[in-house]
Amino acid sequence: MSFLDRTARTWLLTELLSGMAVTLRYFFTPKVTINYPFEKNPLSPRFRGEHALRRYPNGEERCIACKLCEAVCPAQAITIEAEPRADGSRRTTRYDIDMTKCIYCGFCQEACPVDAIVEGPNFEFAAETRAELMYDKAKLLSNGDRWETELAARLNADAPYR
Amino acid sequence: MAELWTGYVWPTVMIVARILAIVLPFMLAVAYLTLAERKVIGAIQMRKGPNVVGPFGLLQPIADGLKLFFKETIIPTGANKAVFFLSPALTFILALVAWAVIPFDEGWVLANINVGVLYLFAISSLGVYGIIMAGWASNSKYAFLGGLRAAAQMVSYEVSIGFVMISVLLCVGSLNLSDIVHAQAERGWFVFWHLPMFVIFYTSCLAETNRSPFDLLEAESELVTGYNVEYSSMTFALFYLGEYGNMILVCAMTTVLFLGGWLSPIPFAPFTLIPGVIWFALKVSVLLFGFLWIRATFPRYRFDQLMRLGWKVFLPFSLVWLVLTAGVLEYADLLPK
Repeated sequence: MSFLDRTARTWLLTELLSGMAVTLRYFFTPKVTINYPFEKNPLSPRFRGEHALRRYPNGEERCIACKLCEAVCPAQAITIEAEPRADGSRRTTRYDIDMTKCIYCGFCQEACPVDAIVEGPNFEFAAETRAELMYDKAKLLSNGDRWETELAARLNADAPYR
Repeated sequence: MAELWTGYVWPTVMIVARILAIVLPFMLAVAYLTLAERKVIGAIQMRKGPNVVGPFGLLQPIADGLKLFFKETIIPTGANKAVFFLSPALTFILALVAWAVIPFDEGWVLANINVGVLYLFAISSLGVYGIIMAGWASNSKYAFLGGLRAAAQMVSYEVSIGFVMISVLLCVGSLNLSDIVHAQAERGWFVFWHLPMFVIFYTSCLAETNRSPFDLLEAESELVTGYNVEYSSMTFALFYLGEYGNMILVCAMTTVLFLGGWLSPIPFAPFTLIPGVIWFALKVSVLLFGFLWIRATFPRYRFDQLMRLGWKVFLPFSLVWLVLTAGVLEYADLLPK
């Protein structure tokens, strides 16, 4: 009997046809494509995108130049130089991230004791030249200013889980 | 002077006009077949496929063509230049010339020759030269291996295609393609009489046009893309056009041999009023959809499996069927006079 079964399956091509029935069914299913530049997937509050340096509400920058992020960075993409400011507080004079080296692991924001360096929700920062991806302190601070509402909301949403 | 006009110039103009009337819709069909392929495979994989260029992506083939046209033609230093440029042209021309004998409707055929089937068979056998020459002239190991595979594969499957054609021709008694359709008007479509042969023919056509699951000469995972790795720009476009043109051609051949050509599937009033060329195009489109559907469904064969299928399954089976057909026709006195 099993011989007959096998022979019938082989010669009537039932296995091939049932495979094709499956693909034909998928032909008519609703499509999952997102119409990308116009539609986007939701992002988790933990999504690690473009970096930003945040400020306190009074406008003072948060970064205290502890260099923990520079130390923890596995790709050694961060370069920091610091000296005391006129008011005696310790601040960075240079805060560079080489975005072409960065692997977006998020260790910098984990290491940061004052939530200064964060990875924001923005992933659309492709550039036409390599030089544009060498971020300096001004660029990172302006990112922070631009995305602050969103960054604060994300940190707030994730806070109960850490 | 008048004699020159009626005897020479006017017929030439008419022939050129007819050739254009075949070639232009054909080129359009090839262009939109590439789009249809991407759309169908996309739909089966739950994607939308190209939908940005023009409404529903309908201008995508034109954008692709323009892109290829403006690219640089790269000639490998080790290539044999003459053969390198000859092979894409050959592939493309062979895909075009075969259309001369295909009947689109009653009397709608450029050359109604009595050896139509032989002509088609000869042209499709020549198709392998374009690919072999490309593989050899590129002077690249991948292209060469692709060319070798193409030669072995296309020659093997032509044998069973030949036997399938003979079984059909036994029921017709003519090599004229229009007569094959006329015979089907009398005796019913051959797909009903020769269903196993139809399956073998269709599958062999997949192998003959190097379509998945028999696209071993492309095999991007091992041969990059086989015989056309070294080609770029318009030379590549000609290969592409030739390949897709051959797909449409073999589907037209299947339509003429098995699906009754331009005949209406429902032989009474409202359906017989629809022009035959529309039925012809519909049947070809259904077969082409099958090509795309199969590509989206089955994984690629291994080369030894391909050879086993061709030589140890299709060839003996079509040979037995040929003998059976001949015997039945002789015994029942049905042989065409």
